[in-house]
Amino acid sequence: MIADFSWIRPEPHGIHVVPADCWIDPSRAVDKALVTHGHADHARGGHGQTIATPETLGIMKLRYATDEGATSVSYGETIRLPGNVDATYIPAGHVLGSAQILLEHAGEKVIVTGDYKRRADPTCLPFEVTPCDILITEATFGLPLFVHPPIAEEVGKLLKALHDNPECCVLVGAYALGKAQRVIAELRAAGHRAPIYLHGAMERMCRLYEEFGVELGDLRLVADHDKEAMRGAIVVCPPSALNDRWSRRLPDPITAMASGWMRVRQRARQRNVELPLIISDHADWGELTRTIEEVNPHESWITHGREEALLRWCQLHQRRARALAMVGYDDEDD
Amino acid sequence: MEEFAALIDALVYTRSRNAKLALIADYLRATPDPDRGWALAALTDGMDFKAVKSSTIRNLMKERVDPILWSLSRDFVGDTAETASLLWPEPSSDVEAPPGVAEAVALLGAMTRTTVLTELPMMLDRLDPSGRYALLKLATGAMRIGISARLGKVAFAQAFDVSVDEVEEYWHALQPPYAELFAWAAGGAAPPETENLPLFRPFMLAHPLEDAQVSMDDYAAEWKWDGIRVQLVHVANENGGETRLYSRSGDDISATFPELLDALAIPAVLDGELLVRGSTQGGVQNDRTQGGAASFNALQQRLGRKTVSKKMLSEAPAFVRLYDALAIEGEDLRTLPWSDRRGHLERFIPRLPDSHFDLSQIVEAGDFDQLAEIRASARDDAIEGLMLKRRDAPYVAGRKAGMWYKWKRDPLLIDCVLMYAQRGSGKRSSFYSDYTFGCWNGDPDAGAELLPVGKAYSGFTDEELKKIDRHVRQNTLNRFGPVRETDKSLVFEVAFDSVHQSKRHKSGLAMRFPRIHRIRWDKPAHEADRMTALEALIRD
Repeated sequence: MIADFSWIRPEPHGIHVVPADCWIDPSRAVDKALVTHGHADHARGGHGQTIATPETLGIMKLRYATDEGATSVSYGETIRLPGNVDATYIPAGHVLGSAQILLEHAGEKVIVTGDYKRRADPTCLPFEVTPCDILITEATFGLPLFVHPPIAEEVGKLLKALHDNPECCVLVGAYALGKAQRVIAELRAAGHRAPIYLHGAMERMCRLYEEFGVELGDLRLVADHDKEAMRGAIVVCPPSALNDRWSRRLPDPITAMASGWMRVRQRARQRNVELPLIISDHADWGELTRTIEEVNPHESWITHGREEALLRWCQLHQRRARALAMVGYDDEDD
Repeated sequence: MEEFAALIDALVYTRSRNAKLALIADYLRATPDPDRGWALAALTDGMDFKAVKSSTIRNLMKERVDPILWSLSRDFVGDTAETASLLWPEPSSDVEAPPGVAEAVALLGAMTRTTVLTELPMMLDRLDPSGRYALLKLATGAMRIGISARLGKVAFAQAFDVSVDEVEEYWHALQPPYAELFAWAAGGAAPPETENLPLFRPFMLAHPLEDAQVSMDDYAAEWKWDGIRVQLVHVANENGGETRLYSRSGDDISATFPELLDALAIPAVLDGELLVRGSTQGGVQNDRTQGGAASFNALQQRLGRKTVSKKMLSEAPAFVRLYDALAIEGEDLRTLPWSDRRGHLERFIPRLPDSHFDLSQIVEAGDFDQLAEIRASARDDAIEGLMLKRRDAPYVAGRKAGMWYKWKRDPLLIDCVLMYAQRGSGKRSSFYSDYTFGCWNGDPDAGAELLPVGKAYSGFTDEELKKIDRHVRQNTLNRFGPVRETDKSLVFEVAFDSVHQSKRHKSGLAMRFPRIHRIRWDKPAHEADRMTALEALIRD
């Protein structure tokens, strides 16, 4: 049989696995969905059946208050889908429970990376390089200017700002799922044992991480404490709360944001960020290109983000590639 | 350079004006001469290196980075210097220590169009990304980090506890790195010598009147002429005298309008509107006018030129319509009330040649309502509206509350359709914030097409910008680099001051100062205006 990969089709609303009639990370409700990880733009509610890792299903249950139709699949486990399609979930290193999905059909192997990174992260298992024919890769930070510095440097900047301004608090905007817990875990690893204060929207996700064995230390809610108690402390909130009225209850906050976009000055300025922390849960340019080299697929399909630049890189390196036009994946807050 | 780069970075991320002033003041106190003087020049836009242009940086980058990857990156970042600072390849071998600011300035100043191609890379190799950003910003003379020249001077005054008015006064007599200024402010030396120098004096500016009303007993009204505001300065000296012409920002534009330099031979500092002769517009209100002024469109042909052809001098001769006198024959008039200065100006003007000077006439109105009527009836292209000047106000630098008001005439409005959007730069980088819009060349239901008639990038709020940006992204037909062609479904009500015939535009029309007045999310595109509606507003 000629390898044609016609059984897997990128559509604007997700990747369609035709013989199994199921969708990967569909942006609208479908009968059967394979979900790579728990971020809302990938893990939507309302599917008939949702197949994902136990951690991802736990995150989705927290968000949608139901686990109806949930089918759990552990890392390394292969499940058989209708139409002779096998799916295996492989760690992606993006957030707790995040997976690449390896699809096998008629001797052909396709990997959908979902979102991923190659850096160490104390809150999730590292990305595993797996050979395949077609690599469907994300490209959120797919421009050569994106180089995420070592996280220890950025955490060091945060602790220095805290130390230099004992009368203030440092308010860190961080995605509520993944980024917040990673920043907290890295602060703990750097020896910061003081209580860390949380915006109310962060609490349940942090508790869920702890249930899955990620230790986050002494966490307290902003709402339970007096303004004065938070002087000299780190406060973590979702990015949307940074410039919100909510932050007025804090003692002289220095506004920080943990995001890969902070590499670009004007992006930080647009969000009124005073202390940009370049911390991302996505692969940077070097990781994206290295991963394509290491996986060495027959063809790369590029989606979610700055597809054109990664496509150009593939051309320059004589690698087959195409850009997919998918809608609804938005990682502006990463 | 590290300290300067750290200052630039801190300024980028600092919001409050006071915090910015404190950062600059701290730097100026802590940094030795001449580094701090050069840094101050960079912050106040005083630097120009002929060999280093944005295109130089682009060319250097395209030798080091794939041109397509460069363009995509530049488009995303929205700033050439920043993109280059991020993409510059780290040197593989050991390099010299980073240059100081003064050393960097000396090296940049010595570069030619040829040597820049080898010497600028050597400097960039010596710096980290923040240092590269600061160097490239300094080298291209456009910091664009939200620091005005004024803010830099205020910070200087604050750093050394001196009066900012004095700093302004001496500023234009000095050159970077301002050694005499630092010696005076920081070292207690005598103030810089300014006698007999053709110095720029900071302009007095006006607030918009908004909905306020004023009494005509307290205020005098003048037309706000539609040229460029200038200051003409003549001093006598041993060489027989020197005349300079300054623009509103204090730039010396003498070379662009040489015909005015010989016309003023009496020591004086005059404030007025630079216009060019043209059709009879403006003549009715002004009995000293020799044929009146042409519209701004005509003046525009002469702006920004370093040399002027004879043909241009004869076809579009410039003159100044005087508003005010700051000094006459050595007497500083700025502390006098406006009415007294006006008296001095009226007595002075017969001593100036009619060919190059006239007087901006007072608009006589019994009361404010009558003034409003006069304003409403003015549809002359050389008039932008009215100025209201407090009769007892001295001439003071900047905008002082309650002294001068500008009361612009109501803009013209037309409904246009969004055709193309381009990503902005600076604080709007990554947002589609520059819009090209068009009008129908006939009946859209009978197959008419849109012709682009103008471009605007202001008039909307940040929230509206986000909504339009989303609309552009979701309704893109085609992409051409940083430009997206939209599906032409969104209607803008565009405000503009006037419209003229223009050979430069496909539609044959050019709008003056178009801005988005309202976003008509509710209006179907085929109901937008046609070219005929716009053509009817031409007054050339």
